[in-house]
Amino acid sequence: MATTVHEPPQIDSRRLAGERHSGNGAGGGIVPDGDLRVAVEYSPPPSSTAIWVVLFAITMMFAAFTSALVVRKGSSLDWQTFTLPSVLYFNTLVLVISSVTLELARRRIASFMVVLRSQGESPARWLYVTLFLGVLFVAGQYVAWSQLRAEGLYLATNPSSSFFYLLTVTHALHVLCGLGGLIYVIRKLSKSVLRRNQLDAAARYWHFMGILWLYLLLLLRMKL
Amino acid sequence: MHDMSVHAGQHHAPPTSFIRKHVFSLDHKVIGKQYYALALVAAFIGMFLSWLMRIHLAWNNAAIPGLQLLSKTGAPGGVMTPEYYLQLMTMHGTIMVFFVLTTAPFAAFGNYFLPIQVGAEDMPFPRFNMMSFWVTFTAFLVLMSSFFLGDGPTLGGWTQYAPLNAVGSVAGPGQGLGVVLWMASIALFCVGQLLGSLNFITTTLDLRVKGLSLMRLPLSAWAWFITSCMGLTAFAVLMPACILAILDHVAGTSFFVASNLVINDQIQPHSGGSTLLWQHLFWFFGHPEVYIAIVPGMGIVSHVLLANMRKQMLSQRTLIYSMGALALLSYMVYGHHMFVSGMNPYSSLAFSFPTLVITIPSTIVVLIWTFSLYGSRLRINSASLFALGFISMFVSGGVSGFFLAQPSIDIMLHATYFVVGHFHLVMGVAAMFGIFAGTYFWFPKMTGRMMNETLGKAHFWLSFVGAYCIFMPFHYLGMAGNVRRYASFVDDYLQPLIPVHRFITVAALCTGAAQLIFLYNLIHSRFRGEAAADNPWEATSLEWSTATPPPFDNFGGKHPVVYHDPYQYGVQSSVGDYVMQASPEQVKSDNEEK
Repeated sequence: MATTVHEPPQIDSRRLAGERHSGNGAGGGIVPDGDLRVAVEYSPPPSSTAIWVVLFAITMMFAAFTSALVVRKGSSLDWQTFTLPSVLYFNTLVLVISSVTLELARRRIASFMVVLRSQGESPARWLYVTLFLGVLFVAGQYVAWSQLRAEGLYLATNPSSSFFYLLTVTHALHVLCGLGGLIYVIRKLSKSVLRRNQLDAAARYWHFMGILWLYLLLLLRMKL
Repeated sequence: MHDMSVHAGQHHAPPTSFIRKHVFSLDHKVIGKQYYALALVAAFIGMFLSWLMRIHLAWNNAAIPGLQLLSKTGAPGGVMTPEYYLQLMTMHGTIMVFFVLTTAPFAAFGNYFLPIQVGAEDMPFPRFNMMSFWVTFTAFLVLMSSFFLGDGPTLGGWTQYAPLNAVGSVAGPGQGLGVVLWMASIALFCVGQLLGSLNFITTTLDLRVKGLSLMRLPLSAWAWFITSCMGLTAFAVLMPACILAILDHVAGTSFFVASNLVINDQIQPHSGGSTLLWQHLFWFFGHPEVYIAIVPGMGIVSHVLLANMRKQMLSQRTLIYSMGALALLSYMVYGHHMFVSGMNPYSSLAFSFPTLVITIPSTIVVLIWTFSLYGSRLRINSASLFALGFISMFVSGGVSGFFLAQPSIDIMLHATYFVVGHFHLVMGVAAMFGIFAGTYFWFPKMTGRMMNETLGKAHFWLSFVGAYCIFMPFHYLGMAGNVRRYASFVDDYLQPLIPVHRFITVAALCTGAAQLIFLYNLIHSRFRGEAAADNPWEATSLEWSTATPPPFDNFGGKHPVVYHDPYQYGVQSSVGDYVMQASPEQVKSDNEEK
């Protein structure tokens, strides 16, 4: 015979705001007096989970494109290789630097949040730099597409060019979404209503775009 | 319960205008109802198309009065052309699989009840949730718009196999713009479901109230969570596949179309594409889709049965693990749809083995239900009858899966009505019965009124007997070699089977008509039904702790605290033989799962 009411657990003072937990109702975290503020502090912000869900979906999408590329290349002899435009390497550098500037921005914003605007320097400066680098990356990709078009390589010219445009354009569209995220963060910051988890989610997405691009560049270099 | 003071991101103010309340609503309950309404409309359209197909199969040259109004070229004088038959078949399959079997049990009920079952005010991203429905609705409109094309909708089947999905109108009526609309519709549908999955996963993981550990979630919530994980993976692959097909179609790429392909005496301007690639991408989504349709039904049926058995499941934990195993294995078995595709026979073997393995968790689930039912004094009502019907259909349809899992047998049966009978029972009818069980069970909570039980039971028996009359003979037809996807059966060896087809058609018409009883019951009860109490079934989960129908913020400015496992039936408490999850009352129980 067992009672169905669990023993009221003790509140662990180490599990307060700022720490990450696996879920609002998880573990023995039930507080019978129902102090909601504790519950809220225990709850991980959904955007922290959501960003991983989004990144997983994007990963699956590019995994599907990758498998299509591998199968398509192996299915016929019509695959023609071509040299990637060199501007792609410059773009890669830009995107990598943008991740660094975003991290600098995160540090500034974290300290800004702590000292509550006591510093004169705007914490958004590095965000603007990141934003600029992101736009520069997309512009650089456009230059790469223009160069290929000038060489007569269009979407339907060859399966290799089809996959080049498909992968780079899809990635660029995702980068544009990331730029939208950065603008959202800047706006929130300017109104002083930015939450840490929003900044973290935007940053994770942005870094993922960088990692994804490095992967795509490697794939394109190996397969095209 | 305790007053709400602050809460996380799902906060949004109550709507004030009609548009925000009923059309572009952020409220998960309204969105759930919108999904249900969409599925209801889609189901009746899909059923109507199946009627037309069945009449044509049974009486091949008969004119169907008024059909020419639907398509002058497809049905001149009301007599269906073979191409139009295939177009209706394609639309029937697409509408049913995507807009009914995915939409109703997962998106509709999940949207309405998942946040309530976890004790939340709403989903964490209400705007994405609203977008999810409206994108899905747009996808439906895009699909239906292909009916109004000059040459009608696509005829390529719900699987839209390459290369005919990519070469244009040379492949037949509807293969031009019809295919593009189909692909665009399904790509949009994927976006809608991905947004939905995002909300479902974060709701389950992040918005549970205090005391509601994962193992204390009701089985229905578990089923929706597992389904959303499957959806996230499957729809994220189908969408790029649709993009590739659209590019082949409109941009002249050659992803799926092989070189030197001649269709209708015309050589196609494509080179070197892989037709098998489409099948791999499609079925990587397609088989999990079967479980996306059925797993929510498993959760709903378990939830309904428990409230009516008045005792606990044999092992709730094993049931959850089995549903998880089904989800995981569903990605490893998709190749069993491709045994006759010409892929490497060793691949067939590799896909055959996990297909047989997947029967293990399925069997475990059925055994848990059966042995839990053993010895229970089941309350017989429309919901519990449909739950039992679900098990019956799932077993009857699932058993033929054992045979089809083996390539040597599947090669014989693949292109026959045996497969049609198999998947209609195990995926179609079973999932529909799950939807009906959920409807009869949750209708009081959703509307504040009870459905008519007499009509509900009549609906069940007519549907139950009717479904078997339709789909069991399909198996016999298949074993007799009756090929599927044919608009007419003119071969000599098929002539003796025509009476069976006529029997099936009559059964389909009658069973379809029985669904009008359900429709009448649904609409009549919505406005004239007996008023429902807050907890008419004496059930335990959180949706029954709140008012009927639930207020805008679900718990009227309170947050429940969960003290119990979800199904504390067969106990002695102050309210009867059960104790609510949110009740702090201590009760004695013999059967709490350790």
